[in-house]
Amino acid sequence: MRGVEKRYGALQALAGVSLEVRQGEFFGLLGPNGAGKTTLISIIAGLGRASAGSVSVMGADVVADYRRARRLLGVVPQELVFDPFFTVRETLRIQSGYFGLRGNDVWIDEVMHHLDLTAKADANMRSLSGGMKRRVLVAQALVHKPPVIVLDEPTAGVDVELRQGLWQFVRRLNRDGHTVVLTTHYLEEAEEHCERIAMLKAGRIVALDSTKNLLANFAGPHPADLEDVFLHIMQRH
Amino acid sequence: MTGFNTLLYKELLRFWKVAFQTVGGPVLSALLYLIIFAQALGAHVRVFEGVPYSAFLVPGLVMMSMLQNAFANSASSLIQSKITGNLVFVLVTPISYVEFFGAYVLASVARGLVVGAGVLAVTAWFVELRFAAPLWALAFALLGSALLAVLGLLAGIWAEKFEQIAAFQNFVVLPLTMLSGVFYSIHSLTPRWQQISHLNPFFYMIDGFRYGFFGASDVAPAASFAVVAVSLALLSVLTLRLLKAGYKIRT
Repeated sequence: MRGVEKRYGALQALAGVSLEVRQGEFFGLLGPNGAGKTTLISIIAGLGRASAGSVSVMGADVVADYRRARRLLGVVPQELVFDPFFTVRETLRIQSGYFGLRGNDVWIDEVMHHLDLTAKADANMRSLSGGMKRRVLVAQALVHKPPVIVLDEPTAGVDVELRQGLWQFVRRLNRDGHTVVLTTHYLEEAEEHCERIAMLKAGRIVALDSTKNLLANFAGPHPADLEDVFLHIMQRH
Repeated sequence: MTGFNTLLYKELLRFWKVAFQTVGGPVLSALLYLIIFAQALGAHVRVFEGVPYSAFLVPGLVMMSMLQNAFANSASSLIQSKITGNLVFVLVTPISYVEFFGAYVLASVARGLVVGAGVLAVTAWFVELRFAAPLWALAFALLGSALLAVLGLLAGIWAEKFEQIAAFQNFVVLPLTMLSGVFYSIHSLTPRWQQISHLNPFFYMIDGFRYGFFGASDVAPAASFAVVAVSLALLSVLTLRLLKAGYKIRT
């Protein structure tokens, strides 16, 4: 991302964000509500357009070369959205088809298995609990095996069991070479999984370093956790 | 092309899964119109020479049902996806705005044609029909459904609430279809109202479609075809431009 700005009328949601996420990295994007995290993810995913600056995914510009960029990207949206007309399997087959994939059932079955969705494969989306719907959202983002996965608060309102299962699966994908970009309000999750972290406040990056360095450089009275670092940085800016 | 095919398939499946409501309902409404209007007015209304009123009524009802359902399909599908937020599943994919347009319009034309065929099949039990120029009928069915499908898409893009779609349906689509000559020949109107009717693009669709049945119409079918084709082209250009810009779809 180079100099990404986003204005909504007088409101400046992003004020020149430049950032490079390395291939294969587990990267955290943290910030308080309204910092611009979701706006940034929307621009990466093509759901929104930057007022200035540019974003590319593995060399594919998200505007000029949007088809390639979107094939490389899997986005799990923050909102718990679903299409009430379809079953879980239909939803995943349709999502595969949007990416030009037919006969993708072997991978769909594997994703459903890892997300514990197999028993619900033929259930209508409407009948699923919130946690189950969240799993389907994750599965939808993965149907085309994207090398870059963006998770926008994937564990918001999710029970412990699913959270653990989800992280196991995402870590496995990361080990297999997938780049993961995560936003979350659960700082212990970011501390546990992310190698590097960017902190965003009022549309600007106020910290960008490895998780290890962020923790090591914190000069506090006791051994720091990421929450201490986060609060300290947010107060300073 | 697979992305386009899948979106088209999804849109077709969407209305077909609830066909009782999206096809059965409109067919029943049209049948009720036929029974009530033909019974109540059949003896009093004179239309084309040698054409009984009930037979005159059928093509109008078929076309009206096609137009209303083609509009309802694209408009309701898009507004539902916008409001529930599941449009995001399409927006994050490599599907282009032209493919998006094509899939929504074709699925809505399909619903229009299925409903139209249903109305025709049911009303054919009550009325003897002839097809003087079936190709004209088919041309107007396709073009008319496409025009309303594009209009529905446009309404879906513009609207932010279900009520706005309902308002568009009740205050634009419904009056324009009802006042287009579904239930009467405009020759039975005063010259002033005849002139006003000529400003209604829906009139040309119904009149042209009716020509396909009786070989008679208020306006020459080629002229009606030109009006509908130009309207379709203009609306399509406008809708494609809005989709390309992401107007009210991409922030």
